[in-house]
Amino acid sequence: MSEMNETENIHKPRLTMHFKVEEEDFIIAGEAASKTKKALQQLGLKQEIVKNIAIIVYEAAMNIVIHANYGEVQVIIVPAYVTVIAQDKGGGIPDVDLAMQEGYSTAPIEAQEMGFGAGMGLPNMKKCSDIMHIETQVGVGTTLKATIYLHQSDAKQVETGAMYV
Amino acid sequence: MTLSDIQTILNAEVLCGHDAMDREVQTAFACDLISEMLAYAGSETLLITSLINTHVIHTAEVMDAVGVVFVGGKKPADAIINANYTGIPLLSTPYLLYKCSGLLFSNGIEGCKRETTE
Repeated sequence: MSEMNETENIHKPRLTMHFKVEEEDFIIAGEAASKTKKALQQLGLKQEIVKNIAIIVYEAAMNIVIHANYGEVQVIIVPAYVTVIAQDKGGGIPDVDLAMQEGYSTAPIEAQEMGFGAGMGLPNMKKCSDIMHIETQVGVGTTLKATIYLHQSDAKQVETGAMYV
Repeated sequence: MTLSDIQTILNAEVLCGHDAMDREVQTAFACDLISEMLAYAGSETLLITSLINTHVIHTAEVMDAVGVVFVGGKKPADAIINANYTGIPLLSTPYLLYKCSGLLFSNGIEGCKRETTE
């Protein structure tokens, strides 16, 4: 295989998961995180990486449930990295810097009664990812992309393990 | 210390996960906010909470909790326990959060390691 082909190969998705998320469907967020965790464990990735990605999926899905009308969370696994993309139609984030501050929350009381709305979601996702990017437009929606790089041993696991998931 | 020892100290009822009560516990985290559990609680930690909804059980699974203790005698509905059975033992203690945490701390269970750095 030429060097060019190998480079292309490590960026080719081996496994993609989609989770549709509706407003106020609080159960879906935990389920998406749980399913993601199981799939990544089956691939044989390290516990800490699996946990970080599951946390990002949980927080991203919960943000859509609480703050948007509807959206989708995708988990794309390629040998070199895992990307979580959360896209929603909704109110958008008026001040991203403020939303990134730990403890700042605009979650309604119903969400807080269930234990959500601690104001830790976005900072938590940032801590768990290597790169996080937010594009948002007030009144339109938000797209969040978080990337987690895999160590070589984990990347090898993805190459060999994806076919069994 | 094992989960069985914790059951004794907390005078707790085991709701599910009887076969995993020999798991070792070294650290614990007490909280009623999901995101804080995800942010600060290290793996293999005992989660102490008064939340009894489905979300707390999913959260325990995501954070690799060694067990969950519900305080104040609270218990999730049987349907929630059965639908979300993850193999993680769930316990219910009559003690409230402060007393429950204090009893475990004085018996050598430390706070979880993933503290804030700032």
